[in-house]
Amino acid sequence: MDPVTGNAAGAPHQGAPAGAVPDLGALLKRSARGDEAAFAELYDATAARAHGLVLRVVRDRAQAEEVTQEVFLEVWRQSGRYDADRGSALAWLMTIAHRKAVDRVRSAEAATRRDVTYEETNRSVAHDETAEAAHASLEARRVRAALAHLTDVQREAIELAYFGGYTHTEVAALLDLPVGTAKTRIRDGLIRLRDSIGVGR
Amino acid sequence: MTDHDLHALSGAYALDALDDDERARFEAHLADCAGCREEVASLGEAAALLGTEPVEPPAAVRDAVLSGIRSIRPLPPITSEPAAEPVDDLAARRTRRSLVQRIAGTPLIAAAAVVLLLAVGTAWLRPWTEDPTPPPATAVEQVLRAADATRVDKEFPDGSRATVVLSRSLGGAVIQTEDMAPAPQGKVYELWLQRPDGAMVPAGLMPDDPDAELRLEGDATHAKAVGITIEPDGGSELPTTTPIAVLDLAT
Repeated sequence: MDPVTGNAAGAPHQGAPAGAVPDLGALLKRSARGDEAAFAELYDATAARAHGLVLRVVRDRAQAEEVTQEVFLEVWRQSGRYDADRGSALAWLMTIAHRKAVDRVRSAEAATRRDVTYEETNRSVAHDETAEAAHASLEARRVRAALAHLTDVQREAIELAYFGGYTHTEVAALLDLPVGTAKTRIRDGLIRLRDSIGVGR
Repeated sequence: MTDHDLHALSGAYALDALDDDERARFEAHLADCAGCREEVASLGEAAALLGTEPVEPPAAVRDAVLSGIRSIRPLPPITSEPAAEPVDDLAARRTRRSLVQRIAGTPLIAAAAVVLLLAVGTAWLRPWTEDPTPPPATAVEQVLRAADATRVDKEFPDGSRATVVLSRSLGGAVIQTEDMAPAPQGKVYELWLQRPDGAMVPAGLMPDDPDAELRLEGDATHAKAVGITIEPDGGSELPTTTPIAVLDLAT
């Protein structure tokens, strides 16, 4: 698990030493029993990471803050539904954060939605950012190395879907791929990523 | 949309890259497909690590969250017992009823079934929740889920891809293809299991589908390789052409 701490205002997010990482699964379990202190600890350990993702997808700062708030209220509400057998607590939480962020950009389509031009002209930048953030920990360095093993199309398709919040059909249009192939590229890329990082199996 | 098409949506699902219709259909499929559930969970783990730069939300968000939770009751964990109860209840009542009542009650039972189906579907909105009624594994799933399952990938120059998953303990092999060009007119892709002595044994014909998944016929316990050749429609007893692919299972 990526050791990300949410404390230190302004401190660089280098990740805490492994021993200091709270057991997120245990905190979720206590939260499910109504333990607010445990939930506060969970929030402090994961808020910066979740908010970073939400902000990246939603882009608008005020809206992102609303979404992050919704995410954690939902995490609290769903805490009893987390099942450690089915994956890590972090992945569970990040899935909720991502889903909420994507729901927000899609429902706000007409308003302040990010425009395609931005995403297109910033594709390479987006990748560099991914690589930068990956300095944070050993785990993340492996992610960066794994990303380098993807084909350009796989990586672009994954980034447009995950960070851009686009559907695979939209991704196909953005990348000039035949309809139906973006989903395959996304899946191929994720499988390759998963297998080279060595998670989930 | 076929099952094969649905399987291929696992990655897009893990990244929330499906539209609402596709998401609903895929979630219905997830309830029946253990292989996809496992894949979605593992791909979700990979996606969560993609991450991005952490950004500390303002303290106001923390305050709002921590005061907000006081008015929200955490949902109970999903347990299989209560989910099964209403059905048992219904079934019990049903047996007590007369035939006429039973017929009259049918729509009710159908409605209950829909409710249960919805409940199962909803449970899969979150791939980590527990499946109250795991469906029996298909022949393909048995291989994919075998403890000793190993994968061999082959990527073709045109970007298409074939993967063989082998379980020697089950003696089974599954082939999955993605974006395969259709076989030439009047031809078919035939699959072969290569025996340790080098002989090729027919193992079935690929369906006419770019994204296919099927279990090879025959015993793969000692197979050395899986071959794919182009044969006349209906297939051949022995390969008549040079294989377009040989996936070596020895490694």
